[in-house]
Order: sequence, then C-alpha cells, then structure tokens
Amino acid sequence: MAAPLVLVVLVAVTVRAALYRSSLAAFIAERVEVASPLNAWKRVVEGLALLDLGVSPYSGAIFHETPLIIYLFHFLIEYAELVFMITDVLTAVALYLAIQDYNKVVFKKQKLLIELDKYAPDVAELIRTPMEMHYIPLKVALFYLLNPYTVMSCVAKSTCAINNTVIAFFILATIKGSAFLSAVFLALATYQSLYPITLFAPALLYLLQRQFIPIKPKSKSFWLYTMQYAALYLCSLVVIICLSFFLLNSWDFIPSVYGFILSVPDLTPNIGLFWYFFAEMFEHFSLFFVCVFQINVFFYTIPLAVKLKEHPVFFMFVQLAIISIFKSYPTVGDVALYMAFLPVWSHLYRFLRNIFILSCVLIVCSLLFPVLWHLWIYAGSANSNFYYAITLTFNIGQVSRARQTRLHFEDCTGSGVLPATVNSAGCVWPIQSSIAASCLSCSS
Amino acid sequence: MGLLSDPHCRRALSRLVVRLNTPLCVLSYVAGLGWFLAMALPPLAPRTYMSENAMGSTMVEEQFPHGERALAYGRDFAAQKKKAGGIPVAWLEKTMWGLGLEVYKQPFARTLPFPDESRERYMVKGTNIYGILRAPRAASTESLVLSVPCSEGTQNSQAVGLMLALAAYFRGQIYWAKDIIFLVNEHDLLGMEAWLEAYHDVNVTGKMQSSGALGRAGAIQAAVALELSSDVVTSFDVAVEGLNGQLPNLDLVNLFHAFCQKNGLLCTIQGKLQRSDWDTLPAYAHSLQTLLLMVLKQGSGRPQGDHGLFLRYHIEAITVRGINSFRQYKYDMTTVGKTLEGMFRKLNNLLERLHQSYFFYLLPSLSRFVSIGVYMPAFGFLILVLALDLWMQLNKCEAASEPRPGLLALVPPLVVCHAAGLALYLLPVLGQRVATQHFPVSEAEAVVLTVIAIYVAGMALPHSAHRALPGGGSDRGWMTLKLLALLYLAAQLSCAALLNFSLGFLLAATMVPAAAAVRPTGPRPVLAALLVLSTPAVTLLLGIFLHRELEERPAGLAEGWQLFLQALAEGLLQHHLYGALPFPFLALLTYPCWLLLWNVLCWK
Repeated sequence: MAAPLVLVVLVAVTVRAALYRSSLAAFIAERVEVASPLNAWKRVVEGLALLDLGVSPYSGAIFHETPLIIYLFHFLIEYAELVFMITDVLTAVALYLAIQDYNKVVFKKQKLLIELDKYAPDVAELIRTPMEMHYIPLKVALFYLLNPYTVMSCVAKSTCAINNTVIAFFILATIKGSAFLSAVFLALATYQSLYPITLFAPALLYLLQRQFIPIKPKSKSFWLYTMQYAALYLCSLVVIICLSFFLLNSWDFIPSVYGFILSVPDLTPNIGLFWYFFAEMFEHFSLFFVCVFQINVFFYTIPLAVKLKEHPVFFMFVQLAIISIFKSYPTVGDVALYMAFLPVWSHLYRFLRNIFILSCVLIVCSLLFPVLWHLWIYAGSANSNFYYAITLTFNIGQVSRARQTRLHFEDCTGSGVLPATVNSAGCVWPIQSSIAASCLSCSS
Repeated sequence: MGLLSDPHCRRALSRLVVRLNTPLCVLSYVAGLGWFLAMALPPLAPRTYMSENAMGSTMVEEQFPHGERALAYGRDFAAQKKKAGGIPVAWLEKTMWGLGLEVYKQPFARTLPFPDESRERYMVKGTNIYGILRAPRAASTESLVLSVPCSEGTQNSQAVGLMLALAAYFRGQIYWAKDIIFLVNEHDLLGMEAWLEAYHDVNVTGKMQSSGALGRAGAIQAAVALELSSDVVTSFDVAVEGLNGQLPNLDLVNLFHAFCQKNGLLCTIQGKLQRSDWDTLPAYAHSLQTLLLMVLKQGSGRPQGDHGLFLRYHIEAITVRGINSFRQYKYDMTTVGKTLEGMFRKLNNLLERLHQSYFFYLLPSLSRFVSIGVYMPAFGFLILVLALDLWMQLNKCEAASEPRPGLLALVPPLVVCHAAGLALYLLPVLGQRVATQHFPVSEAEAVVLTVIAIYVAGMALPHSAHRALPGGGSDRGWMTLKLLALLYLAAQLSCAALLNFSLGFLLAATMVPAAAAVRPTGPRPVLAALLVLSTPAVTLLLGIFLHRELEERPAGLAEGWQLFLQALAEGLLQHHLYGALPFPFLALLTYPCWLLLWNVLCWK
C-alpha cells in the first residue's frame, strides 16, 4: 500500500514544484479565495521584516500570525516552498494513517455486529468489504494532495496548510488513542486558529469510546477521564501561550490574532459570509451581529454532540465542515481539509441525493469567483453584490452537502439498523435557516 | 432543495424529465431564442434615463462660437500632414502651445507578431501628441479626455480642427474643475494603447516600447473619441462596444443622446436611426436589427472605436462619429462643437466616477435599453437545455447495467482535445517562419492558414484517441464523456456570458442544440452536419454574413470568405496587441469542448 501513496506524493510534489516555477504562482497568491488576511504569505513576510528590524511584528495592523509561526519562518524563510510542500505531504500521510486505523476499528465493529446478527437483512449492501476499505485511506490522501484547492493554497504559501497539518496530526493522535498527543495537537490547533476548540468534543467522545467508558453523566469514570483530557488540553494551551509570550516578551499577539479572528475588523472579500454583511451594516449593530455570526461555529457542537455521540469521527468531519463555512476568514484550504474526508463515507453516496448537482454548483462557483472578481475590481462594471451572490451560493452548496451527508449517515447508521426513521433534520436546519436569513437581509 | 430532497417528488420529477426530455429541451431552447427576440419589444426594453444626479438636473448653456475656426484649423492640419507625410508633430506642438495648453509628445514603437495585411503595417512607429488644459478651479486630480485619431490620408482632419477650436474656446472659460486632455493619437488603437499604458505607467501587453508620458492630469474620469471627416454632418453615430465586449456606463450614452436631442442633431447607433413609432412590425424589425448588430459587435470582443481601450482602465468612454450622408438637414461645426462642449461641461460637473447607471445592457435603440436582469433569462433558458440533458445522461448512466468505466479511460480524449486547442493557440504565430519557408505564402496568410489547418485537422483526432482507449468503447463510456463535455460547456458558457454576454449567447445559441443531440447511435450524417455547423468557426462565418446582411450590404460567398480570413487574422492580432480574450477563449476552451462532443459522435 505504501507504493501508491509514494506515487501520489510524488505527483503532488511535482505539480506544486512546477506551479511554483510558473507565472501562475504570483496570480494565485493574490487571489482572495486562497489567501485571507490571517494567512497570506505577504503578511508573513511583512511580519518577518518587522521582527528583523527589532519592532514588534504586531505593531502594525498587517500581521496576524501566531508567534510560533513567525519564529518557524524566521529560521526557514529560505526554504518556505519546501516547508509548504512538506506540510501538505505530512497532512496527507497523517490522514492516511488515521483513516487506515479508523477503518480497522470500523471493520472490527462491523464484524462483531454481524456475528451478533444485529443488522437488519436489507443493509447487506451497506456493509463494507475489506476490498473497498483497502483503498479508502489512499483515496483520502489523493483527495487531499491533488485537490486543486489544496494545490492552490500550497502554491500561494497560505499558512492555512500548516493549520491543516496540525489538525491532521490531532486527528491521527486521537484515532491512535493517545490522549496526551491529541490534547497537545488540539491545543496547538486552537492556538493557531482558535476555531478548532470545537473539536474538543468529538475527540473526547472518541477517546471515551475507545476506552469503553460509558458516556453517562452519573458515571464517575466518565467525569474523571473528561477532567483528565481537559486538564491536559488546558495545560498544553497555557504552555504554548506562555512560550509565545516569552518569545516576543509581550502579549501583543493576543489581540492581534484572536481579537482579529473574533471581532472581524478586516472586511476584505473572501469566500466567507462575514465581509459583505459587516461592510453593509451600521457600525453600532456590528458587535451584536459579530456575536451572532461567531456563535454559529460554536453552537452546533452541542446538538451534534448529543446526536452523534456514537460516531465521533463523523462528528469531527461535520465540525470541520462547519468551521470552514462559518469561520471569519475562510479560504479554500479549509474547504480542502474536510473535503478530503468525503471518501471515508463513500459507501453512503448512493443515498446522497443531488450530490452531483451540489458538486456542479461548487465547481461552477469556484470558476465564477475569479470571473466576478474581475468584473468587480478590474472592469468596474459589476459590484460586490455579484461576488457575494456567488459566495452565498458556494456556502449554500457546502451546507447542503454537509447536511445531506449527515442526514444519510444517520439514516444508515443511526442505530445500526437501516429502517430507523430518524427525524434528523433537527440540528442542521438552523444552519440553513441562518444562511437563508443572511440571504434575505442582504437582498433587502 | 426541498423539492429535490423529498424522494417521492424527486422520483416523479425525474420520471417526468426523463420521459419528456426531448420536448422539454426543444421548448427551453425555443423559449431562450424567443426571449431574445422579444427583447426588442418595448415592455422588455424600457426607456433610458439619466441616473447621475450631477449630470441630470443641472443645465448648461453652450456658447461655442468657433465653427469657422475649426474648419480653418482642419485645413491647416491637413496641409501640414500632407507636407510632413505623417503626423505633423512640430505644427501640432506649436499650435497647442499657442492655445495655452501644456504639450507633451510620446513616441512609441511596436512590432506586430505578424504583418497586418488589412491595415498594411508590421513595424509600427508613431507619436502621440497631447495637450493638457489645466483646470483653474482644482488641483489636477481628475481629468477628461478628448481624443482624435490621426489616420491615413485626409481623414479626420476636421476632427483635429474641431478639437483645437474647442481647446481654444475651453481655455478661455473659468468653470473647469477637471483638467482636459486633448490627445491626437497615431495608428489608431496602437497609439491609444501606448498612450494609456504610459499614462498609467503599466505594461499590460508586454511588448510596447514607448517613452513614458511626461505630463499627467490625475485620474481620467471619462473620455470621448471623436471621428469627423467632413465640413458638415448630417448625423452622429455612437460606438459603445469596447475591448472584450466591455461597455461604458449607460449614463455616458444617455449624455450624448441628451445633447444631440437638445441641439436637434440626428443620432444613430449601429448606423441605425431610431424610429418614432414603437408598436408596428417594421419598427420592431428595425430595433431587432439594431439589437442583433450590437450583439454581433459585442460578441466579436473587438473595440469598435478608439474608446475601446479606455474601458479596461476603468474609464468610461465612447466614440462619436460624424456622418455626412444624403440627408436634407446638414449641421455645421458650431452645432457639433456645441454638442461636445455641453457633454464636457456636464462631465466637468461630476462629483464621482460614473457608476449610477447600468454597465450591462443591450441597446435596441438609443432611447431604449435591455438590462442584465432582462437579457440573462434568454441565456438561462439555453443553459437549461444543457442541464436537462445532463440530468438525462446521469439517469441513463445510473440505469446502465454495464460496469463503470474507469475515469482513466476519459483521460486520453481530454488530453488530446486540449493539446489540439493548445496547438491552435500557439502554433500559428510560432510557426509562421517555418510555414513561409516551405510554402509560397506571406506571413499573415501563413498564420491564418495554419489556424484553419489545425482547426480542421483536430476533427481527425477521435480516431487516434480511440486507439489509446482499451475497453472504453462501451455505452457508458460515451455517456460519461458526453456528461463531462456538457458540464464543461455549461461552465465555460456561463463564465463567458458574464464577461461578455453576446459571446456567451451566440455560442450557446449555436452549440447547445448540437451538444444536446449528439450521440454515437442514430442518424450519424445528420448529427455530424449539425455538429459541424455548430463549431465556433462556422459561427464566426455565419456571423460575418449576418452582420453584412444587417448593415444592408450583403456579402457574396467569395467576399464573405475573404472577410472570414481577415477576421481570423484580426482576432489573433487583437489578442497579441491588446489582450483581447475571444481568440484564447475559443482556442483553449470552446474548441477542445467541441472536439469532446465530436469524440462522442465518433465513439465506437
């Protein structure tokens, strides 16, 4: 199995190296869909220049990376292209190993259930064969490495790739069952981009499941383990933040990284939902609506945790999708990470209605982004409404896809038995209605 | 999505779509074309109106008195030009200085990628001369441009004369709040491109050599290009279509129209005078003709006047042409000058860039317009045909019991088709030397003939592509390929329609029926004929005939063919000189997509 992976890696590295050398690299790096104010390479360079001059990199309003990133590139600036290629490869390998392990677990569970005769007779076609499962990890790696979104993100040297690597390592550590490493990487991911804090719940659920600890509020071991994991997580977070403090000897980075993420002051257009909304809004409403918008990312964790407590890995996938849709500065790199997980649930595709239509919507939207950008910014004939319309369509496409995947996941595996008619639309409907609400408010 | 998510509804819908697929496709196509034809009717084309406050409510009183002086300047200029054998640089500089303008000249040189036979030029050297009238009431942060081409022979000398007379008059007025640049550009668009690049200090097209412009007058807000070749005019014609089909803000056209009406001048668009009645059949036919002419011109992506390149720099611009034809009423230079004076004074009142009115519109006459919301459904219906057909293919693909062909089987046709497109894009210009060495043709002919040769040769490719396809020759194979081709076509046409509606619509109107109908089974010769008729090259040829027909000077077969060859050379030149997009778009995207459809037809 290693040979195909190596082949995929080689192809991916070749494509990236070729693109780095081509004239497209500069064009891609400028695209707002690929580089957000948080992770644009230009800003990293600016921060480094300030650091070299002995000025705090956060003294301007340009730089919003964490101190660890700036120190990483302080030493590796010469090899930046290499670093980004390696991080991409590491992400893919980590996902590959994680999914391989996860599949083993799933297979074992499935075998057990078959032996216990727990499955309904008509789910036979849903039971996964080893042959199918054999290729899934490879497909995941392939989906990640050769996804045009990842390639563009890497070519633009968006530090989103590094965040993805950290998250991938976190997933690997969780699936391997190492609570310590999982907590450390989760802390690192939180430190990098704040939103992965919501992945705490699925990770905890998975680890509990692995330890065969029942998830009951009354059981003592449940609380003990939860406290342990939370303590590990918080300790590592504190250590990392203190380390950052000692590196720069100031707390400047807290407002300019996390304040920047939460209060959304930079309204450069991107593929997210924030910029247009806050550009149009009266200033004195913006605090309230910032809260409303930010809650979206965190809020769905609770109902999802209740609903999906038996399927923490799927929960993790949905949570990643929610983050990439609702975060304040999303880029296509974030989308690429959760898209890589789609092959894991390939056995459910036959139940996915409209998956083809949704994929077409996403493809066409991706093509229209640069076209409408050109019409708006260069030709001056279109305006921001055109671009935001496509942003909305893109996000509605994403939401419907995430929702459908989830619905069917529940229908098919909800209680291990297919005919369970779960009225499962419950907790994802708010997502759609909030999108619809923003649609309405924008059109008015 | 509710309709599609409910399984019962969905099944019923999909059964309906599958059973009635052909009638629905035909209906949708007819609806698309019908909608387009209806756009010339008054309900869909409301009257134009001035949106910009700064230009709407204020009145100006034009007082330009120097009609005779303009003619005298024009005669002088013609004489000096004849003497100098080109643009009379020294005379123009002296005259402009004399009028109190700041004068600058800008020499430029450009070697064309291959000789332009219709204009007889290859290594072009020229000089642009421009004078800046500094505004007494502002700090040179904004400006307006009046440009006149200095073309071959005695053409446009009256325009230069009028420009100088206007400059002389404008110099004496105190109300200017924007600098005014009076520009004489040589070698029409080439000079304009050189000047614009130098003015904005950019190098868009790469190979233009020019000494940078010395004097600047702030951000240009609007520009008017004037063409005038007679002492009196009977009407004015306005050209709006710019590079890649970009259009100026509708308010600028409205402004021109308003002042023509104020001064009682006749004004035309696409050479068509608007009729006073709206509800009769001939009137409808007339506005439809005007609309079709606009669509053809915009679809060509070619600038229809010297203003065409301004639009790329976010500057609203139109070309105004004085026409002297056999009509009873003639207007002298004073009236023409007053019209221009009025336009400039209103532009001078602008507080911000023209942005209030429409940028996406079609004009069935000067006083009526079709906005983007109205014309997009016509295109939408055509794309709906593709969507319906896609669904049909998808259903068939799902229903077919054969094993799924690997996606790898589709890679050879895709790669071969795109390689053909790339060859079509690159080889003609790169290979012109080789071609002229081996064949008795000139460079320009070599380029055009290579384009045609590669284009036709591409049609033989499916045979070789198939040999590389082991086991791909199943029904599902071609269905998947068709699915891909339809998706590809729909995506690229939607992008094209947003950038240049006319191009997208013309391509959709021709390619969609063939794309929907194509299949390897059934009446092959008919389908092959349909597909060949829908290829972009044939569309271009038909477009040329239609264009001449609408201009009421029909072209014969031989003449049409000559025009076709010229249009090909022109398309390549426009791309290499100004960065026009239709040629690369057709060569790199549409042609490969068409070849994919051809592959489907030749599937074994």
